[in-house]
Amino acid sequence: MRKYVYKRPEVFTDAITTYCGGCGHGIVNKLMAELIDEMGLQENGILVWPIGCSCLSDRYYDMDAYMALHGRAPAAATGIKRADPSKCVIVYQGDGDLVSEGMAEIMHAGIRGEKFTVIFINNAIYGMTGAQMAPTTLLGQTATTAPAPLGRIVDNSGYPVKMAEILAELPGVIYSERVTVNSPQRIIACKKALKKAIQLQLDGKGMSFVEVLSPCPTGWKMAPTKALDWIDDEMTKVYPLGVIKDASKEAE
Amino acid sequence: MKNVVEIDFNRCKECGYCIRFCPKGVLSKGEKVNKKGYYPPVVGDGCIACGTCARVCPDTAITVYKED
Repeated sequence: MRKYVYKRPEVFTDAITTYCGGCGHGIVNKLMAELIDEMGLQENGILVWPIGCSCLSDRYYDMDAYMALHGRAPAAATGIKRADPSKCVIVYQGDGDLVSEGMAEIMHAGIRGEKFTVIFINNAIYGMTGAQMAPTTLLGQTATTAPAPLGRIVDNSGYPVKMAEILAELPGVIYSERVTVNSPQRIIACKKALKKAIQLQLDGKGMSFVEVLSPCPTGWKMAPTKALDWIDDEMTKVYPLGVIKDASKEAE
Repeated sequence: MKNVVEIDFNRCKECGYCIRFCPKGVLSKGEKVNKKGYYPPVVGDGCIACGTCARVCPDTAITVYKED
């Protein structure tokens, strides 16, 4: 008899992801699939996908999904959630999509206090289009549009955007946390944060937001295991991990 | 009781996360190439079926089970 310690989540189809080797999207997609299985969301959930590396993700899940235009995922999710509040709507966006193309949509969804969950993948670069500078790129980090030796400099392109802190300021956002997926312990912590965010939506309390610092080995031009170290060495200094806001108790 | 790590050969993209995080050093670099041109790891002896390799795999290529 076989006793499984880890088995591929059932909501996943047989499709092989289009992500590069070592991509953090794959890990977060997997955690979402595990939670969909555990929380029984396959029938009752709708995933809203963005433009970016994850724009083909709807084919990895055997469930309802909607593919929104550039940055418009929170706007599309607003319509879905308002049309049928009984559905669990999970919005998944990357940093180019959420911070740059769709800044207005995410801000106003937060201002209105829409009751869905937003998962924000921050890899400090535009992955799909070829490693251009994103609003979340660190100062001094090189990208194809911020070449060496200077990398991103303040005079040209300002400062990295801290979305988890910005959204935590809004009364409509009841939960904001920043996690990462660069070690087994932190992957478990990330899953816990995602579970809490989805549970808060099911309880109908307000918008829940989880920012995930995610490795992009191809965009950063590093070996995958080195990209994990880079998150520890550089990214977490600019984007500190932890719960930034948890108003779920006051919202009762 | 036997602990088994099963790697979906063509799903692997050779990121090396499983090799890095295996607490017992059971996995090591492979020498056979798969359909996509990557070299999936090979499984050695001494697995304790903790499931860490499967949890860190971004491509869900690893299944871990105990067999009687």
